[in-house]
Amino acid sequence: MSTNQGGARHRAPGDDGGSESALRIVWLYPDLLSTYGDRGNMLILARRAFVRGIPVETIEVRSDEKVPEQGDIYLLGGGEDGPQALAAQRLNADRGLHRAYERGATLLVICAGYQLVGTSFFAKGEKCPGLGLLDLSSDRGPSRAVGELAGTPDPALGLPTITGFENHGGRTHLGPGVKPLARVTAGVGNDGATEGVWQGKLLGTYMHGPALARNPALADLLLSWAVGSTVDPIDDTWPNRLREERLRAVVG
Amino acid sequence: MTTGGELPLRAKVASSLSRTAAAISRAAGRGDGSVIGGWLGLKIDPDLLKHLAAGRSVALVSGTNGKTTTTRLTAAAMGVLGEVATNSLGANMPTGHTSALARAGHTPYAVLEVDEHYLNQVIEATNPVAIALLNLSRDQLDRAKEVAMMATLWRDAVRDRESVIVANADDPMVVFAARDARRVVWVASGQRWHDDSWVCPECGSPIERDGDDWRCSRCDLRRPTPQWTVDGEAVRAPDGSTHRIELQLPGRVNRANAATALAVAAQFGVDPAQAVPRLAQVASVAGRYATVERDGRTVRLLLAKNPAGWLEAFDMAEPAPTLLAINARDPDGLDTSWLYDVDFSPLHGRRVLITGDRAMDLAVRLEVNEIEFEHVANFPRALAAVPPGRLEVIANYTAFQDIRAELNRVN
Repeated sequence: MSTNQGGARHRAPGDDGGSESALRIVWLYPDLLSTYGDRGNMLILARRAFVRGIPVETIEVRSDEKVPEQGDIYLLGGGEDGPQALAAQRLNADRGLHRAYERGATLLVICAGYQLVGTSFFAKGEKCPGLGLLDLSSDRGPSRAVGELAGTPDPALGLPTITGFENHGGRTHLGPGVKPLARVTAGVGNDGATEGVWQGKLLGTYMHGPALARNPALADLLLSWAVGSTVDPIDDTWPNRLREERLRAVVG
Repeated sequence: MTTGGELPLRAKVASSLSRTAAAISRAAGRGDGSVIGGWLGLKIDPDLLKHLAAGRSVALVSGTNGKTTTTRLTAAAMGVLGEVATNSLGANMPTGHTSALARAGHTPYAVLEVDEHYLNQVIEATNPVAIALLNLSRDQLDRAKEVAMMATLWRDAVRDRESVIVANADDPMVVFAARDARRVVWVASGQRWHDDSWVCPECGSPIERDGDDWRCSRCDLRRPTPQWTVDGEAVRAPDGSTHRIELQLPGRVNRANAATALAVAAQFGVDPAQAVPRLAQVASVAGRYATVERDGRTVRLLLAKNPAGWLEAFDMAEPAPTLLAINARDPDGLDTSWLYDVDFSPLHGRRVLITGDRAMDLAVRLEVNEIEFEHVANFPRALAAVPPGRLEVIANYTAFQDIRAELNRVN
């Protein structure tokens, strides 16, 4: 496990460096699930907390290490079939992520990591048991979904249009107990109609890009869930220019 | 033994037409013609590559990064023995190989750069004496095969061959692919990039590293003892002789590429001591590393196509104003998420300019990395924005080609 205890770059001014009060961001299994720049979501959350004066600690946990249970935000990224199946086995054996979720930690799960939190998913042609955190399941679609993804989020989340890049062969079916993150306006997402999921403080999506680079409001939503209050606006000139460009690309 | 006189009639016609088509394509200003020429030749005679390779002693070079440069260095080293045919323009699929061999006419030797995905097919067609396997890492993931799958394809491609496999001992993916081959020569070529080899491709357990050494924590996959090593500026050969390498090409990675080139050439009987001066003559490779004077600025071009390549480019770039150019067109891969696999902090303290189709993705990345930057609309604006002196340019594939075109297709 490598930790960045506040880290020179992530420690807020005036912070005494103690990790008791720091916001703990736990990135799970970068050795298995980090195929598409998934580190980016951790770096973006840490920076957006830091510039607001929130002390942050980032913790990277390899798949042969125990999942720490006192994290505030947990991240699972994308990966190929083999590593995805291995990650499910190890997380189910460890149970640390299950316990963190049950006590109300915030989770952001992407692509393969998103499929993992459901009841089952397909990897290498076989149905594999998921973590069972949410009522959803994934199977194989008729074709691989590769390209720009955009959608109109659930109004309850108060988010602007979402934008990302998707690259997956699976289709995800939501059970009655969970809500989609967005209605798809470009790309495939879960099934061509809906994209992603949210339930309590868990948010799942097929968006790479990484998701939080293109959707700073999504990053702030996760931060607000984790700290228990809304966060102040910050200068988002560059992320907004990126968003405008990508959203124009799917219209044009 | 030469090739031309022994080509079957169909192959002769195909070869001749292939050359003609390439010449027409060049005359029409549509690239160098090596793809269209080879395509046409292979349509007429599907075995044309096999016919053209027959009678030549062939070396193949494959890997995610460094294959164009290593091919060029290997061809230079092999020049000690005689004339060498090579696809030095980077057209690295069978059409490009066919065109390169047809264009070269009779040569006793050929050194071919091979796209990773086509290795098995090209081995079948060319029956190579030696095959260099450089490295495997993530590259254009929206299209290319995952790294472990590619390593498995390579393993199956080289397993039962007579060819000598010249393989990188520092990349677990390459070792996994090469270790079952009949004859392997290990080169300590280094692999600065570790993010695709944390997990053993053999058994899925974590790979443990200790300095240069590495081993699987469970199975028997481990770093083999290299026969060829790089020690600072020198390459050490299996017989213990050391050869000082003075390259015009920058960076530690190119000294490693030179070591691989010497190891491959040695399989054909080339004495490293004779080859070394020829390596020093290589100044640039299809525009890569080229230095161009323009408007009082000395512009150097570095190509970086994927995260591992960016790490090596930062190692090569001098502390001068640096332009980063990013596109995401088909040849680049459409997903820019990989920008977050690269730590840009080596650029701290430099003047950084950004451009390209996807400069906004780069802007957000650099902001997260706390690197200050200026966005410019295009290469001429970047040139105008920096004072006379050095400008380092690091670009991914199509962005690199765009800038190269601005500089009159510098080679």
